[in-house]
Amino acid sequence: MENILEVKNLNVFYGVIHAIKDVSFTVKEGEIVTLIGANGAGKTTTLQTVTGLIKARSGEVIYKGENIVSTPGYKLVGRGLAHVPEGRRVFADLSVYQNLKLGAYTRNDADGIARDLEMVYERFPRLKERVNQPAGTLSGGEQQMLAMGRALMSKPKMILLDEPSMGLSPIYVNEIFDIIKKINADGVTVLLVEQNANKALNIANRAYVLETGKIVLEGDAHELLTNPQVKAAYLSE
Amino acid sequence: MSSFLSYLISGISLGSVYAIIALGYTMVYGIAKMLNFAHGDIIMVGAYMAYVTFTGLGLPPIAAIAVATVGCTVLGVLIEAIAYKPLRGASSLNVLITAIGVSYFLQNSALLVFGADSKTFTSLVNIPSVSIMDGAVIISGVTIASIVTCIIVMVVLTLFINKTKAGQAMLAVSEDTGAATLMGISVNRTIAITFAIGSALAGIAGVLLCSAYPTLSSQTGAMPGIKAFTAAVFGGIGSIPGAMIGGMVMGVVENLSKAYISSQLSDAIVFALLIIILLVKPTGLMGKKIQEKV
Repeated sequence: MENILEVKNLNVFYGVIHAIKDVSFTVKEGEIVTLIGANGAGKTTTLQTVTGLIKARSGEVIYKGENIVSTPGYKLVGRGLAHVPEGRRVFADLSVYQNLKLGAYTRNDADGIARDLEMVYERFPRLKERVNQPAGTLSGGEQQMLAMGRALMSKPKMILLDEPSMGLSPIYVNEIFDIIKKINADGVTVLLVEQNANKALNIANRAYVLETGKIVLEGDAHELLTNPQVKAAYLSE
Repeated sequence: MSSFLSYLISGISLGSVYAIIALGYTMVYGIAKMLNFAHGDIIMVGAYMAYVTFTGLGLPPIAAIAVATVGCTVLGVLIEAIAYKPLRGASSLNVLITAIGVSYFLQNSALLVFGADSKTFTSLVNIPSVSIMDGAVIISGVTIASIVTCIIVMVVLTLFINKTKAGQAMLAVSEDTGAATLMGISVNRTIAITFAIGSALAGIAGVLLCSAYPTLSSQTGAMPGIKAFTAAVFGGIGSIPGAMIGGMVMGVVENLSKAYISSQLSDAIVFALLIIILLVKPTGLMGKKIQEKV
């Protein structure tokens, strides 16, 4: 399979703080790849740099063969790169329906949008029940579903998920991971950032371990599950 | 009773103009998170544009209104692109000082071009006045035009925001610029559209204001600008219905205090009311409570 995303020697600074140090990784089409690491390791920063929310100091982000490192973030959605941000960031004052419609902002195919709206409702029946409710009144798990549904409305080829299980009850966590698997089975490549390393490694094909802005380990996800280093640092339950 | 009614109606009319101006402040604040202190001066430039087109060039009123509206739209977009856009991400104090600078720039440019003598603005509104209650209350054409324009603006703006993609993008940007970007929305373009709409409204307000109060000078926009800004804060800055209600309340209170209390004190009363409202409800009448993130 071809690389859909290739990050090469990425360096990101916050002022004088070198947050991302020479990070390189690849995601092949159809894969689930996970970046795991502790709080503050640079996982979110990496995702935000990929989608242009943060400017990189140096390095390349090759998406579908094109260097997008200096492309403004808003232009990437239309190219099939969706990003579900940390903390979900749904539009709290807008209804579930308005949120989903905004997900399809870059599209002009009314029929396709209507079809995908049905698809999202089918995948997340709870959203359909709450279609006219302001997104801010949803529970954390429902908001996560809305954020994912909203991203799916852009008809992505690849989806970046930032801590989708954060702050959710165990039932919701399982449900969210099931949905990620289903989204991937439908042909969407997934780059998943998680603190819940156990869950993430269980559904991923490959994984990278990020420590203070550097990639310290990479490999097959199932192998990393049994790696003593990973076990000690990230899988202690 | 009839005199109260006529004070009330002219208060609503003045309030309509304040509301139209306040919309510009509140929309720009809601979306670009900045106070555009030059907004009042755009009103003044719009009035001069209308004056030159109508009195200077002798073109019909409708052309003068069109020139003021389109001219202000262009001016607003240019100001945003040249003065404010480079400061995106700068501290709000820098942006505020720049806005004050733009305000002085516009005032002094007008002074340079049109001189210090104030001009007499010929009303562009030629709607006949209406008398009600057997002639006891006469409502002037400008009063009617202001109220009707305000209603139209309110309806069109509400439809625009709720029914168009650009309107939804404005709501998204006002709530979360980062998340809006992730939807594929260009924040810069949305801010430019907001400035265009706010400035077009300022142009219309300039025509209405000077048709009602026909003295035109480089300072014409300053006081209405500050009052409309007060109206926006009063109603809850960032809130569109708040700007409408705030403008109306400001206009009515100002007019009634001029009539029944003291015309010298009317401004003081209006601003005292603002202070009281902000003490009781710091976010303004319709302002959103700022929620603490959990």
